[in-house]
Amino acid sequence: MNYTMDFTPVIDGLPNLLAACLGTFTLAICGMLLATVIGIGGVVLRQSPIKFLRWLVIGFVELIRNTPFLVQIFFIYFALPLAGIRLDPTPTAIIALGINGGAYAIEIIRGGVQSIPKGQMEAGLALGLHKAQVFRLIILKPALRAIYPSLTSQFVLLTLSTSIASAISAYELTSVSQRIESESFRSFEVYFTVTAFYLVISWVMMRIFALFSSRYFSYPVK
Amino acid sequence: MGREEFVFLLMGLKWTVALSAVAFVCGSIAGLVVALARTCGIAAVERIMAAYIAVFQGTPLLMQLFVVYYGLALVGIKMDAWAAVSLGLTLHASAYLGEIWRGAIEAVPKGQTEAAKALSLGYVSRMKDVLLPQALRISLPATIGFLVQLIKGTSLASIVGFTELTRAGNIISNQIFQPLTVFSVVGALYFLMCCPLTIYGAHLERRFAATSRS
Amino acid sequence: MTQAAIRPDASEPMITMSGVGKWFGAFQALHNIDMTVGKGEKIVLCGPSGSGKSTLIRCINHLESYQQGEIHVGGILLGHASKTIDAVRREVGMVFQQFNLFPHLSVLQNCMLAPMRSLGLSKAEAEECARLLLDRVKISEQAEKYPAQLSGGQQQRVAIARALCMRPKVMLFDEPTSALDPEMVKEVLDTMIALAEEGMTMICVTHEMGFARQVADRVVFMASGAIVEEAPPAEFFSNPRHERTRKFLGEILGRH
Repeated sequence: MNYTMDFTPVIDGLPNLLAACLGTFTLAICGMLLATVIGIGGVVLRQSPIKFLRWLVIGFVELIRNTPFLVQIFFIYFALPLAGIRLDPTPTAIIALGINGGAYAIEIIRGGVQSIPKGQMEAGLALGLHKAQVFRLIILKPALRAIYPSLTSQFVLLTLSTSIASAISAYELTSVSQRIESESFRSFEVYFTVTAFYLVISWVMMRIFALFSSRYFSYPVK
Repeated sequence: MGREEFVFLLMGLKWTVALSAVAFVCGSIAGLVVALARTCGIAAVERIMAAYIAVFQGTPLLMQLFVVYYGLALVGIKMDAWAAVSLGLTLHASAYLGEIWRGAIEAVPKGQTEAAKALSLGYVSRMKDVLLPQALRISLPATIGFLVQLIKGTSLASIVGFTELTRAGNIISNQIFQPLTVFSVVGALYFLMCCPLTIYGAHLERRFAATSRS
Repeated sequence: MTQAAIRPDASEPMITMSGVGKWFGAFQALHNIDMTVGKGEKIVLCGPSGSGKSTLIRCINHLESYQQGEIHVGGILLGHASKTIDAVRREVGMVFQQFNLFPHLSVLQNCMLAPMRSLGLSKAEAEECARLLLDRVKISEQAEKYPAQLSGGQQQRVAIARALCMRPKVMLFDEPTSALDPEMVKEVLDTMIALAEEGMTMICVTHEMGFARQVADRVVFMASGAIVEEAPPAEFFSNPRHERTRKFLGEILGRH
């Protein structure tokens, strides 16, 4: 072994890498928001009395869950222009992340709503509360608590999969690190450092989510 | 898209299947070691394994493949892309499966360990004959769920330069300029691999839920 | 509570059900139910499982809709419009088999929620009322705890207090002791007996025949979605008229 590590290109590229972290955050946060919207909308459609809409949602969820994100992002990247929509890679990646995360969010949210015993709704109605009040005051918080762990870990996965957006050259950490790598040929040093970046990002996310959870969902359960 | 292109995609599919199989089998063996080490009762070992799992669950698979690919070259091991991505995916799978099986081992009721100890069974027998068969059953839906993740994850090998299904799709797409057709076919092939597994996993989960309720 | 309310007053019906029929799809769960409950009267509903007793009392506060006949509660015709349903639900308290306390709210908050949101009480009023009623079910020292921290019997007493906080004219009990460990049944029954002695109009679905003997003005026996017979407890237990009643009593009393 006669290789000597040289982190100089990494250190020189540090400002660029840190800036690229902001790109990763943008992708992740916008993707999470879009996924949440799709998730809630999908659950509403999934409960619809119209059979066609229910099957549409089931089909969407299964299609997304059973194909790789990389293939999805390529497909969307090529499909949007054909549909007359010209977007930069970054918004395209956000749409792909939102669609992918949304499919998982639909399943998670649906499970959370189903996990609330029917008796809770009945007890609220028997006390003279309206349906909307029952949902807001009684169902919502336990349902959020039930979906919180799976939804937040899905969000961490979504954040990690922003790296795949480099395949369509969206502006984020992985694509910037690939540029530094191709200019310096210090592949291992660059990718090792960037991997550590991701580790810190996901760790911080998990801490924030946990903090939130202990702040808002800390009632005892059996 | 002609017949020739489709056959090229099928060649890619073959490598996707091979890569998934190797990573799943090797990852299972390594994952079992991870799960056992994670529950061995020695605090230091358990902490190291927890860290191992946390690193793989807290970083993108793409980065893991890059680091393994270039890291091997660094220590002077000449490996082709096939071996490098196999190793990368194996390590990735070992961490995820290790964590799934740790959870399953801990989900087996404490009374089972106590009963086995009371019957003077040693560690190996306790694990092999009592805990692992039950844990495996508990973890089967999650294990199948991860297998689907793994099959989809092999698509990232294309970014490292290994020609599996997705990269075959890229190549064809660049030749015939019909990206939507090509990626639809590629997506359909992945779907055909993953969907039966997903359905089977959901079926098992429902069945286990039904038996544990009664 | 006024003295006058203590004696049941059949001349002033609190609940009347006439010709009530209820279907779940093609299955008829209730057949032509006629029943009148006077103000202050205590009814015990019993019968084999699946006989429609829970369905019957769940119709009274419209947790189940009915397709035939009429139900009047406190002079209000319980139609299917949400306005009358809300009006009836404010007058009728219900206690469930599974307690159904809200897990994310403390005991006190469980009791304050509906008076504030449905009756429009201020927070101070609701809290005062809640503390008073928690004291009455002898659980005031647990007011700040969460449901999961209480025993089953304590949870059910809180559920009773929660329903009473709405100042209901009628209380419905749907197998309130069936989900309890045996040693906790008595504390809940004692609470219900105390409530009965204060003159509350009560309909209880229960298999606690001791409670029926002690408290009920009438015992109503149901089978296959219809009322088979009803009688004061002394007569009901000593001289059941129908074969199905005898069989049921034989099974349920034979167990003790």
